[in-house]
Amino acid sequence: MISFIFKRLLQSIVVMLTVALIAFSMFRFVGDPINNMVGQDTSQEEREALTERLGLNDPFIEQFGRFVLHAAEGDFGISYKYREPVSKLIEGRLSATLELSFVSAVLALVIGIPAGVYTALRSKGILSKGIMTLSLIGVSLPTFLIGILLILFFGVVLRWLPTFGRGDVVAIGWWTTGFLTASGLKSLILPSITLALFQMTLIMRLVRAEMLEVLRTDFVKFARARGLPDRAVHFKHALKNTLVPVITITGLQLGSLIAFAIITESVFQWPGMGLLFIQAIADVDIPIMAAYLVMIAFFFVIINMVVDILYYTVDPRLRADSAT
Amino acid sequence: MDLLNINHLRIEFPSRHGTVVAVDDVSLTVHPGEVLGVVGESGAGKSTIGNAVIGLLEPPGEMTGGHILLKSQQIDTLNPEAKRKIRGRRIGMIFQDPLTSLDPLQTIEQQLVETIDLHLKLGEKKSQERAVDLLRQVGIPDPENRIKNYPHQFSGGMRQRVVIALALCAEPEVIIADEPTTALDVSIQAQILELMRRLCKDKQVGMLIITHDMGVIADITDRVAVMYHGKLVEEGTTEKILGNPDHPYTQSLISAVPRPDIRLRRFPMVNYIEEEGERAKNIDLSTHWLGRVRDYEALEGPLLSLKNLVMTFVTKPALLKRNRMTFNAVDDVSFDIGQGEVFGLVGESGSGKSTVARMVCSLYKPAAGAVNFAGTDLTRIKSENERDFFRRQMQMIFQDPFSSLNGRMRVLDIVAEPIRFHKLASSSREVEQIVMDLLDHVGLGAQAALRFPHEFSGGQRQRISIARALATRPRFLICDEPTSALDVSIQAQILNLLKDLQEELGLTMLFISHDLPVIRQMCDRVGVMKTGKLVEVSATEDLFENPTAAYTRELLDLMPRLDQLSHKGLEVEAG
Repeated sequence: MISFIFKRLLQSIVVMLTVALIAFSMFRFVGDPINNMVGQDTSQEEREALTERLGLNDPFIEQFGRFVLHAAEGDFGISYKYREPVSKLIEGRLSATLELSFVSAVLALVIGIPAGVYTALRSKGILSKGIMTLSLIGVSLPTFLIGILLILFFGVVLRWLPTFGRGDVVAIGWWTTGFLTASGLKSLILPSITLALFQMTLIMRLVRAEMLEVLRTDFVKFARARGLPDRAVHFKHALKNTLVPVITITGLQLGSLIAFAIITESVFQWPGMGLLFIQAIADVDIPIMAAYLVMIAFFFVIINMVVDILYYTVDPRLRADSAT
Repeated sequence: MDLLNINHLRIEFPSRHGTVVAVDDVSLTVHPGEVLGVVGESGAGKSTIGNAVIGLLEPPGEMTGGHILLKSQQIDTLNPEAKRKIRGRRIGMIFQDPLTSLDPLQTIEQQLVETIDLHLKLGEKKSQERAVDLLRQVGIPDPENRIKNYPHQFSGGMRQRVVIALALCAEPEVIIADEPTTALDVSIQAQILELMRRLCKDKQVGMLIITHDMGVIADITDRVAVMYHGKLVEEGTTEKILGNPDHPYTQSLISAVPRPDIRLRRFPMVNYIEEEGERAKNIDLSTHWLGRVRDYEALEGPLLSLKNLVMTFVTKPALLKRNRMTFNAVDDVSFDIGQGEVFGLVGESGSGKSTVARMVCSLYKPAAGAVNFAGTDLTRIKSENERDFFRRQMQMIFQDPFSSLNGRMRVLDIVAEPIRFHKLASSSREVEQIVMDLLDHVGLGAQAALRFPHEFSGGQRQRISIARALATRPRFLICDEPTSALDVSIQAQILNLLKDLQEELGLTMLFISHDLPVIRQMCDRVGVMKTGKLVEVSATEDLFENPTAAYTRELLDLMPRLDQLSHKGLEVEAG
């Protein structure tokens, strides 16, 4: 177990260094950082002084090393546009994105898994056929369209829910949360549904397919032959075996929830990292882009590592000490 | 009093192409303490009977006639909940494959306690005690500790014992065992059958054992029912059915069983068994491409000679060599195969016999030792061209006819592929002609060329594999358990075909099997393998009559006793 985690950690570090290299190379190849920082009337001497002060004349390895060390401390430099430390900009928005992604993930799991189980067990029922048809819509409609339709219906026509922003937030240290105010919670509803819909249908279809597969296996048949009631067969034996592959996919999807919240954040003007990133692209604000890249990679790596460990605890066959 | 009565049972499977009658007017009776065998080939409907008794018919199958009585109580008409209460409590079931019968994510304790508590309502503590006790009864050593293990931590035989313990949880009155030992080695099979027989007698349980294996029937049953195409063709005591069967189907079935006690020249083919490939057109080998003089140099000495072969697998990888755990799947194996000889390799699963075969045809690279084929050490060949030259002379027939053919290729292309690859024919016309002749020769008929593998049965697919193997005009064939996935009658046909081809073409063969009777029928010399080592090599008849190694004797003793089988109409090979 420990050697397994250690190996995973090593791999993660390699991944992070690679991503850092890509992020770092953006500084050098996408535009001239000095040009981005200074005005038109800066003299050549001042430019050179700035270059020297920022360490841009140092060898590549030295600059990269400095970048990695700073990034490890959460320091990604100063935004070209906002003239503020990137870490500070991200700090304010990280909580928004994470809360949105978290609520979406919970929604996707809480609705997706039971719906998948239900449609697998009652595969011929009218309700499951209905769910399956709806899920096709969920998979095939693009996120922004769903978001716009939801805004139109619940925001504009019915006027039940706010259509943009986070509502009122409460700050706990550097973390701002919308969970504690009514308007914050209300604002969460539409974006989180929009973001969750695709994942929900994906998880549902995955659970359904896996469940149907597991229900055909010998051990389920043997459990029935022992007289176990359907409830025990379905939920104790079949569902647990279904979850092994579901955990993997869900982990990957959770990562992409955070990474691809961009579209939802734009539609709902959600003050998260995705929105910041979109604006940064428009402004060629490279420190923000680099920071975003590294942050997202970091989340993916962490989530995948957690998933691997989960996998390991759920499935006894993967444990190294199992050879007897 | 009768324990289980099956009266005029009829089970139908409605399908788009009309109704299939899986079980047709079958009546059976099981008494307490009795083992009734139901024997038949695949598709005979024997498993369907077992499923119907336990109330788990797979949809769309349904009982359309007859009834099932358990101690005079009709159970087939009960509601689903009442049927469920009978399952496990009064009727237990054991399935074929112990590797897949247990939930891989739960310890066997969880599974045992769950079942015991459900039926006997003993509570957690008492259930645990009973679970340990059951494991002890089925012969699992150190049950107090092993009970905490997961299924994958047990070997196949041990898992089948756990499955039996699970079936016995609530002391059922009837046990249905569906091919309980098919997936197990001979030695394990003997132990499991012994265990089942003992439990059956001790607890006065009635047992219905469903199998295609005459050895199992001879070993354990008191009475036998023979099924053919959903119908019961004959029923009687085991001695009567095996020694003096009345029905022509039973006779043909029994004559197709490979004998451990005598060597036959050919398996007799009784017309009753269908699907015997008709050799509509035999090729005249003196003129045909297949029989054309092979351009191999004359050879002194053996064709294949293995010298101190070793194959090592890493079981626990590690960065440092000293932390790595390895295991020798094949350990210092040497033997020769003379030209035109059929050499058998026998042993239990995990003994390394298939690994030897894979090293011979260079699928694995040996960790040490040499594979000399026609005087060349194959392990030292560097150039691809030279390797292809030897690959052409050496072909392999695999065990599983379902996964060894590419389902997306037509039979024509499957058989033609080696001819095209090795450029053995001058035109595509000629290739097609050769393929059709080959298919004729293995008894499939030329029209098979345009069809896809899934349209064929297991036996027919194995014929395709054989045609494909012959397509390079090899002089050496490796057969890795070529018939162990097939029914007895089909097995007899395939073995006859291989024997004929071997004689006609003067092939040299390495024949791998765990089945000693099959080895006796096929091979000139035999090597016995145990845990990677070759323990004995001798001429087949010597091996069976006067085994020298203790392990060989042990294996021979474990063979099912089939000496009561009828000898009617058999051609015993002289000498």
